[in-house]
Amino acid sequence: MEEFKKIFFAECAELLSDMEARLMQLQEGSQDKEQLNAIFRCAHSIKGGAGAFGLNGIMEFTHVTEALLDAFREGRLTPDRKSIDTLLSAADIITRMLAEAESGGNPDIDMGIDVMKTMKSIIDGKSGVNHTAAAQAPAEKKEDNKKYKTVFEILFTPNHDYFHSGNEPSLIFRQLQKLGTVETFVDCAQIPSLGEYESQSCYLKWSLYLTTTAREEDVRELFEFSELYASIGIGVLSREEIAEESVQQSPISAEIIPMPETAPATEALKQADHKQPLSTNAVSSQNSTIRVDLDKVDRLVNMIGELVITEAMLRAQTRDLPIERFTDLLRGIDDLSHHTRELQEAVMAVRMQPVKSVFSRMPRIVRDTSAQLSKNIQLIMSGENTEVDKTVIEQLGDPLTHMIRNSVDHGIETPEKRRELGKPEIGSIYLSAYHQSGKIIIEVSDDGSGINRSRVLEKARQKGLVAMNATLTDEEIDNLIFMPGFSTAEQVTNVSGRGVGMDVVRRNIAALGGTVKITNTPGKGTLFTVSLPLTLAILDGMIVRVGDENYIIPITSIIETVRPQQKDLHHVQGRGDVQNIRGEFVPLVYLHEIFSIRGAVQKAAEGLVILVESGANKIGLVVDELVGQQQVVIKSLEENADHIEGISGATILGDGKVSLILEINELKSHLNRKNYSIAV
Amino acid sequence: MSTKEIKILAVDDSRTIRDMVTFTLKQAGFDTTTACDGVEALDIFAHQTFDLIITDLNMPNMDGFGLIENVRKGEKNPFIPILMLTTEADPEKKERGRSVGATGWIVKPFNPEKLVQVVKKVCTA
Repeated sequence: MEEFKKIFFAECAELLSDMEARLMQLQEGSQDKEQLNAIFRCAHSIKGGAGAFGLNGIMEFTHVTEALLDAFREGRLTPDRKSIDTLLSAADIITRMLAEAESGGNPDIDMGIDVMKTMKSIIDGKSGVNHTAAAQAPAEKKEDNKKYKTVFEILFTPNHDYFHSGNEPSLIFRQLQKLGTVETFVDCAQIPSLGEYESQSCYLKWSLYLTTTAREEDVRELFEFSELYASIGIGVLSREEIAEESVQQSPISAEIIPMPETAPATEALKQADHKQPLSTNAVSSQNSTIRVDLDKVDRLVNMIGELVITEAMLRAQTRDLPIERFTDLLRGIDDLSHHTRELQEAVMAVRMQPVKSVFSRMPRIVRDTSAQLSKNIQLIMSGENTEVDKTVIEQLGDPLTHMIRNSVDHGIETPEKRRELGKPEIGSIYLSAYHQSGKIIIEVSDDGSGINRSRVLEKARQKGLVAMNATLTDEEIDNLIFMPGFSTAEQVTNVSGRGVGMDVVRRNIAALGGTVKITNTPGKGTLFTVSLPLTLAILDGMIVRVGDENYIIPITSIIETVRPQQKDLHHVQGRGDVQNIRGEFVPLVYLHEIFSIRGAVQKAAEGLVILVESGANKIGLVVDELVGQQQVVIKSLEENADHIEGISGATILGDGKVSLILEINELKSHLNRKNYSIAV
Repeated sequence: MSTKEIKILAVDDSRTIRDMVTFTLKQAGFDTTTACDGVEALDIFAHQTFDLIITDLNMPNMDGFGLIENVRKGEKNPFIPILMLTTEADPEKKERGRSVGATGWIVKPFNPEKLVQVVKKVCTA
C-alpha cells in the first residue's frame, strides 16, 4: 500500500501542476470544453486516489472542487475571474493537504474550509443545482441480530438484449447456489420459430426459489448489474426465525411482494445517443515511461564515472605500446573508449529533464505578483522542452523565481506609466531556454524601464559600495545590482524586497557552475542571460600544472589564456599584481601562493595567465603551463573531508593521479582577502 | 473456475488506480493488462483476447462510455463483460452505462476483496 501511496503522491504532483497550468490558461468566460474537461479530470483523479487511501479530508475537498469544475464543463456556470482564482487557491490547498498526507498525516477538511465555502457558494449561487458536499453514506439501518430462514421467489425476466451487456445468467445462478438451495424453473414460451431466432438475443425467463439464511440485500446484490437489462422481482414467500436447533420446513405463504416495473430497455437504447467523438486534441505526453528511484540513477552515473576513469587509465598505460605488436589490444581499447563515451552520454541523458517543470511555476508567479502590484503583464515562454540535468533543474527554481519577480517589480512599469511612454499597456516578460555549445542558456527579459543607471550609481554611493569619486562604465554600473547589500527599491516591497537580492541569484547560479549576465537598455528593458552547465557530474576541464601539481579549471569559466609580457604587468598598492589586457586591468592570483606549492614558477611573465570569469569580474590565474583538456568526472570531497576553499572537488586523471578541481568564485574571495590584508 | 485463465484489460488514466487494480487482480491470480485511455484500450483489445474489461469513466481521448460503445458495436468479442469504475454509482451514471451496454460497475474506492468478488460475478473463464 505504501508503494502505491508513493506513486499516488508523485502522480498528484503532476496532476496539480497540470491543473494549475491549465487554470492559468483558462480565460474568463471560457467555454473550452477540452480544457475544462482536462482540469476536471485532474481533480477527479486526485479525488479517486484520495478515496482509495482513506484521505477523507482531501476527498471531500476535491469533491467540491470537482463539482465546481463540473458545473463549468457542463456549461451550467461560466468561469469568471473570481472562480478561476478560487480554483487556483483550491489547487494550493490540495497541494498543502497532500503534503501533510505525504508526511504521514490525514489532513482535515478544516484546512480548506473557507475556499470550500466559496466554491459551494459559487455553485449554489448560480447553478441552482444542488450539490451535496460529499457522497455521504446513508445511515446504516439498525440490524437486528436475529437470523431468519427465508424463501425468496425471484422472477427474473431479462430483456432481449440482455446478453449484449456482457452479463451471464448462469453466473448469477451459480452465486445464488452459494447462498442456499435453489429451485429453478425456466419459461421457454418466448422462444420464436427458427426463422426469427437471433442467437444473441435472450428469450428465456426464470423463476427461482431460494431457501437461505441470507438477507434480501445479499440476494438483490447478485442481480445488481442485471437490473439495468432485466426486470427482476424478488419477493419473500416465507420467513421464520431460526430456532436454536430446529430447522423446520416452512409453509409457503401466499404473500407476494409486487414486482418493480422496469422500463423496457429498447426504448432507452433508442433515446440514448451519446456519441463520443474521438478527441483530436491528443495529449502530447503519451510516451511510455518508467519511474526509477533517483538513487539508482545516481549509482549508475557514479559507476559510469569510475568506468570512464578506468578507461582513461588503460588508455594512458597502453599509449606507448608498439601498435604492430599489440594491434588487437589497442583496437579493443579504442572500442572500449568509444563505448564508454556513448554509455556515459546515454546515462547522462537519463538524468536530463526538460526545464518545463521549473518554467511551469513561473506563470503563476507573474500572475500573483503582477496582481499585487496592479500591473498588467504577460509571460511569454519558449524552449520549455530544453533538457538539463535534474540537479540543475532543482536548484534553478529559486534564482529564476527571483529574476522573474524582479522583472515584474522593478522592470515593468505601471499601466499608466506605460501609456504615457507610448508602450503597450500590457508589459511582457520573456523566458526562454536553449542549448548553446554544451551549456544551457536561460534568458529572462522584459520590455520595461531597464535599469536607471544614475539611480543605481547614486544608491551604490550612498551605501558605500562605490567610492564617491570613482567613474564607472555603464557595464560596471549595471553589474552593481549583483553586489551584496544592494537594493534600489524605494521601499521594501512585498514582492521582491524580501532581503534577497540579485547577489543571491548570482551566488546560486555560480554554485551551479554557471554565470549570469545583464544587458541593460534604459527605457527599453533588461535582459538577464543565465548560462549553466548541462550536468553537474562531469565537466570539461583544462588541466594546468603548478609546480608538480595538476589542477583542473572548468572550461566554462575560462575566457582566454595569455603569456604575459613584462610590460603589461604592474603592481598596484593595495590591489596586488594586475595585468593590462588590452587596456583592461585584471587582478592576478598566483595559484602556487594559495596552495603553498614549492618549485612553481614565481613570476607571471615566466608562466601563463589564464583569464577566468569569476562572478561579474575577471581574474587572471598564474600557472606554470597548460597540460591538456579533458572531460573529468567530479568526485565530491566533502563526503570525506571538510570543504576546502577554492576547491570544488577532485577527479582521477588517466595516470591514476588525483587532481583537484578549482572553484573559481572562491578564488576571488582569496584575492579580496589578501588585498584587504595588504590594504590594512 | 480457475482464475488463472481469466484475462482482464484494466483501463484508467490515473496511474495510482491502474497500479492498484493491477496489483489486486494479479494477487488474485488474474492475468491483467492495462491501458491509460479508451483509444489505447481499443488498440490493445483489437490485438489480444480478454475475458473482461474494467474501465474508468473519466479519461482523456476516449472516455469509458466511448470505449464500451466501441467494443459493443465492434466485430471482435462484442459482448465481453465490461465493468465501469465510478466514484459514485448514481442513477445517471448507471443509466448512461446501461445505454452503452456496460455489464456492471465498481464503486471507487474499492477494497481488494470487493473488486475480486465483482470480477468473479461477471466473468466466465
